[in-house]
Amino acid sequence: MSDSKILRAGATLEPLTVNAPEEHVAERKLMTLNMGPQHPSTHGVLRVLIELDGETIVRAQPDIGYLHTGIEKQCETKTYQQVVPLTDRVDYLANLSNNLCYVLAVEKLLQLEMPPAVQWMRVMLTELTRINSHLVWLGTHALDIGAMTLFFYCFRERENILRIFEMFSGQRMMTSYFRIGGLALEPPRGWEKVVGKFIDGFSGNVDQYEDLLNNNPIWKRRTQGVGSVPLETLLDLGVTGPMIRAAGMAWDVRKSEPYSSYEKFDFRIPTLPDNDVWSRYRVRMEELRESAKIVKQALLGMPSGPWQADAPKVVLPEREKMKTQMEALIYHFKIVTEGFRVPPGEVFQVIESPRGEIGYYVVSDGTAKPYRIHMRTPSFGNLQALPAMIEGNLIADTIAAMGSMDFVLGDVDR
Amino acid sequence: MLPDQVKERPIVIALEAHDAAAITGGTYDFGQLALQIDPAKIVSVCEFLKNSQQFIRLSAVTALDWYPVEPRFEIVYQLHSLERNERLRLKCRVNGENPEIDSVFSVWRGADWYEREIFDLFGVTFRNHPNMTRILMPDEWKGNPLRKDYPVHGYKYSYPNE
Repeated sequence: MSDSKILRAGATLEPLTVNAPEEHVAERKLMTLNMGPQHPSTHGVLRVLIELDGETIVRAQPDIGYLHTGIEKQCETKTYQQVVPLTDRVDYLANLSNNLCYVLAVEKLLQLEMPPAVQWMRVMLTELTRINSHLVWLGTHALDIGAMTLFFYCFRERENILRIFEMFSGQRMMTSYFRIGGLALEPPRGWEKVVGKFIDGFSGNVDQYEDLLNNNPIWKRRTQGVGSVPLETLLDLGVTGPMIRAAGMAWDVRKSEPYSSYEKFDFRIPTLPDNDVWSRYRVRMEELRESAKIVKQALLGMPSGPWQADAPKVVLPEREKMKTQMEALIYHFKIVTEGFRVPPGEVFQVIESPRGEIGYYVVSDGTAKPYRIHMRTPSFGNLQALPAMIEGNLIADTIAAMGSMDFVLGDVDR
Repeated sequence: MLPDQVKERPIVIALEAHDAAAITGGTYDFGQLALQIDPAKIVSVCEFLKNSQQFIRLSAVTALDWYPVEPRFEIVYQLHSLERNERLRLKCRVNGENPEIDSVFSVWRGADWYEREIFDLFGVTFRNHPNMTRILMPDEWKGNPLRKDYPVHGYKYSYPNE
């Protein structure tokens, strides 16, 4: 099969940019390697076409779209509240971050102000989501490189987080716990104890992961100095999140554009200047500690008060009120049968997900269904940097570099 | 005519001083500034914003389909300046018949996949884009799924040989 057959039809080859010897290109000594879409280290269905000169990657072309499910089109046919479960399925490791971003966008359009208890609960649960996502990343990334033990340790802690999510929402992964106008359910009895027990032991767990990796010579050799791209290129390509912070830039949406009362929490943005796989690992480990700190603050300072906003046209009434008050019954009927109308307008809401900047662009035309929702997902932007990261390097470093980007293919393809 | 609260924004003043004819409208809602830009001038406006107004990040590019209103498509650019900690939305209206607009790939390389996504899902072509091919849907696919006149349900063979 010739090279052009292997490439997708219509994909034009750009001129070679990386220094492969002229005669190798001329004599067609380059080998095309097809990686994925079912390769285990692509963590989903990413296909990368790699052209090799010996063991050096001359060119890499990511081929995405295998997980495209048309979520944005689907959103246009649902009422605003029905979109929340769809946002879970965008990034299946950071469901609550996606819930939060969408919900904040619509609440901005509706000009709803959330009670403090809702805001703090949202902060606490999204930080648990960040820990959850980073743990999955750490376990699988280490497994890719060959450190197997860590995988079991990470998933041990992740199980506890999923139990907490299940306790809150009845679901382990597709929680849909944040709704427009507050939370889906009242926080369960005794949640403080469960979350407190988990978070108290967690910093010791992070130490344990670092004991396994920080002084491990194989881990160091595989990660230090690998996959480095200049910061300007990363910003130009639309990369966000821990990858930017590992390149020395202290940018975090939680600090620069605080939402859901993040400004009331005390945490710092970990940064490192080295811009390689190792420093991305170090930054994420520090983020685990910072997130645990935020969860603890939220736990100790959780304000009391209602867990839903006072917005009868948006939020379903209590069961008791429905049986005694006529208005409550009418609102219930209206919300369930046709949803609520959102005034015309558009909002671009940005939050910091475990992977970087999520942006939901919600356009309303005044009806009960969104006119258009665009999801600016962090993985889509980050994955664009893959060729810049691996071209010119050895094929063996591809796995480490790809793992350090922490993309989720559902998040890329939507 | 621009509303007063749009006119007062420093970025709008700077942009008007650079090219007064480029801005054709604007809104300032929920603390978010959105400017309508003349589609013929989008590249020069983006270059100006990136090089002299510190908008070094292009957060996203997307499109809206206002079918059956003409001009039908609206290309939306979400710009971000880290230095000014400010976001800006640029919008260009493009005609439904043979929709085309200049690519901003030369300004931000990150526009690459976003513009391909719009080409794929809306059918808007970006001139001077290095690789204007489908990105999410199969190459053989007919139609552009995010257009408003494209059905949400139904069956369709995507393979020409079947």
